[in-house]
Amino acid sequence: MAKSGSEMAAPPLLDVRNIHKQFPGVKALDGVELQIQRGEVHALLGENGAGKSTLLKILSGAQRADQGEATFDGAALNPAHTPRERQRLGLITIYQEFNLLPFMSIAENLYLGREPMRRGFIDWAAMHDNARTLLASIGLSVDPRREVRHLSVAHQQMVEIGRAVAQQAKLIVMDEPTAALSGREVEILHAVIRDLQARGVSFIYVTHRLDEVKMVCDSFTVLRDGRYVARGEVKGVEIRELINLMVGRDVEFARLPRTVAPGETVLAVKGISRAGDSGGRHAMPLKDLSIEVKAGEILGFAGLVGAGRTELARVIFGADRCDGGVISIHGRDMRPLRSPKEAIRAGFALVPEDRKQQGCFLEQSISQNMTLPSLKRIARWGIFVNEGRERQMVEEYQTVLRIKMANSGVAIGTLSGGNQQKVLLARCMALKPKVLIVDEPTRGIDIGAKAEVHQLLCDMAQSGMALIVISSEMSEVLALSDRIVVFREGCITGVLDARSATEKKLMALMAIPGPAEPLEAAV
Amino acid sequence: MSGFDLVGWLRRYGTSLFLVALIIFFGAENSRFLSIRNVTNILTEVSIYGIIAVGMTFVILTGGVDLAVGSLLAFAGMAGAYVMQTLGIDHSWSWLVAISTATLVGAAVGYLQGKAVTLFSIPPFIVTLGGMTIWRGATLILNDGSPIAGFDANYRWWGTGSILGVPVPVVFFGAVVAAGFVTQRYTRYGRYIYAVGGNPEAARLNGLDVPRIITSVYLMVGALAGLAGFLLSARLGAAEAVGGVGYELRVIASVVIGGASLAGGRGGIGGTIIGALLIGVLTNGLVIMHVSSYWQQIVIGLIIVAAVAFDTYAKSHR
Repeated sequence: MAKSGSEMAAPPLLDVRNIHKQFPGVKALDGVELQIQRGEVHALLGENGAGKSTLLKILSGAQRADQGEATFDGAALNPAHTPRERQRLGLITIYQEFNLLPFMSIAENLYLGREPMRRGFIDWAAMHDNARTLLASIGLSVDPRREVRHLSVAHQQMVEIGRAVAQQAKLIVMDEPTAALSGREVEILHAVIRDLQARGVSFIYVTHRLDEVKMVCDSFTVLRDGRYVARGEVKGVEIRELINLMVGRDVEFARLPRTVAPGETVLAVKGISRAGDSGGRHAMPLKDLSIEVKAGEILGFAGLVGAGRTELARVIFGADRCDGGVISIHGRDMRPLRSPKEAIRAGFALVPEDRKQQGCFLEQSISQNMTLPSLKRIARWGIFVNEGRERQMVEEYQTVLRIKMANSGVAIGTLSGGNQQKVLLARCMALKPKVLIVDEPTRGIDIGAKAEVHQLLCDMAQSGMALIVISSEMSEVLALSDRIVVFREGCITGVLDARSATEKKLMALMAIPGPAEPLEAAV
Repeated sequence: MSGFDLVGWLRRYGTSLFLVALIIFFGAENSRFLSIRNVTNILTEVSIYGIIAVGMTFVILTGGVDLAVGSLLAFAGMAGAYVMQTLGIDHSWSWLVAISTATLVGAAVGYLQGKAVTLFSIPPFIVTLGGMTIWRGATLILNDGSPIAGFDANYRWWGTGSILGVPVPVVFFGAVVAAGFVTQRYTRYGRYIYAVGGNPEAARLNGLDVPRIITSVYLMVGALAGLAGFLLSARLGAAEAVGGVGYELRVIASVVIGGASLAGGRGGIGGTIIGALLIGVLTNGLVIMHVSSYWQQIVIGLIIVAAVAFDTYAKSHR
């Protein structure tokens, strides 16, 4: 009794009730509630389209709820607040795409708009001292005068967190904070979160990676289809149960059965190498990489981000240059392709790593997105788009891939991540490629759609296509692949048969050997 | 269900509505405004820069801009007249020399600027800012700063004649708009332009030859500027070194008032025509109402800012 009494005595830091938000044609939020206690890390869970992003935008002040009330730190939140006013209250949101100014120094970013002043001028000495202290307090020892653009993604994220701390954050909202981090960097981030938590800061932690929820979160709230579903303590809850709450049904992440045995070798890549340019986009050198893919086979690429998986795939597709090597298609040797245009003509297709930056034309329609590289094949006299055949094509793939959309004329940016990914897959299927490369097939899409995408990839392999699938999720590589190529620091460290491979074996080949480095160096 | 979306509707039709309102207002204020003679006048005026604005729409759709079109118009027009004069002005086909020279010179210069943008990755703003003064200077050098005049009737017909009562430049404008619209709406090339402007990296990964597409839009706007230069010289009876000064701003304003985004990927020929007409009607109407030309500039500037401000407002209130 006494315990429940003390719980009642401590009002939550953030208390959001009955939030509604309507977008044209969609009810994004329908009576959502969320309570965050002081000093806790709270997981906000739900599939894509469940309403998490909308809720975050309303909390940060970027959007206004149609209805509902919220209190923060004991006072009602004014719905008309701007993001800046919310930040001043200590409610700070860190988005996936950071809000840092790349050409300014770390210190300038940390104290933007709140620069320490002396007689009306910026006190640079004080600013750099404060910045150094602040960075040290979150375990980052870099020179605060460095420009942000020279930092790694993980370091930039630390600067964002540092900025939140500098603004006396009471609640830090993090949207998919580990999407672009390697395993080691994730650990460091979690250490910083725990440290700040011990100093009384609360977190809302949005993620698709449920193992991280178990690692770092205290409690959770689940949304589904814009509605509040459940909340609870993380301790004692199984990941399975969380998934059930998110999708409302059981989803197995099992190895999909394959009935067709791989056929002849479609693609052989021999001795691809490239010198690294330090600090540039191709920092990691590629060292004598050779692979083979057979018809009807899924070849998995595993490895940490930057280990060479995506880099090799882009070289094969002609998107990046290499210094030497040979590729052969159906036994015919040729020099590495020099542009994606050549690659598509040679029978390749690529679903790129970053859906928004490299895949979608967000403002353009679904059908325009889907048919762009195939227009040549459905054009009259090579010039005019045959809209009848285009419509047919879109309808065909919409049915095959079960793409959920109002009509094919709406902008692709309005679709959920899973449906966007299906449109990009359809775009590649329409090219009828011999070799399909899919980089991160299910990044940032919900679990239901994941299973569907996995099934599609298997079906494509069954139909005789050769597939290369790159993924940071080991369970995904294991479930999909026939064979797995493991990359580490620009080298191939092993090729495993997927049926006998385990996460442990993969990890052993992926991990950088040597004595554990100090946290600092690895960030 | 949500009710009538006024902001969205205004975003879509607001400019057209404003154009109609202006026409009604000027028509009511002064009966001369809607006279055949004046309407013809407005349309001819609009046609000259409207032709360039069609090309500029494609440039802006790719995320670029061309500040050199005003100077290029003068240079190409002058080059056409110069070549014609050198070959002898008195042939019945003299105009043909002028129109082809002007268009080809425009296309060549456009190609050059496009290559500078794609080959050396110089921002189009810089390349064409340079081009703006380079081609103006070249025009002055070509004929020592003096105009070339004394064209024959065949030549003048292209600027002052009419086909079935429609002024020849307006017929040209109509043809260019039609071609532009078909390109934008029905061709592969049109789709590629939107793709390149919407997301250049994704366009490249989809097998598009991005530098070639970008070069082509500068070539196109250059050719159209050359054509407009010929038409303007035929209308005025002289190719002048100061021809088309400030046209680049009028052309870009037409495209932007028409709803195109300077970041690329959004906009279209339809909006551009409304934008061009809006500027033409406003300029003419204010003259008829005896508003000084100093004030005209202020009004047009305010409208550009207001149009874009409203668009931004509408976008943020979705």
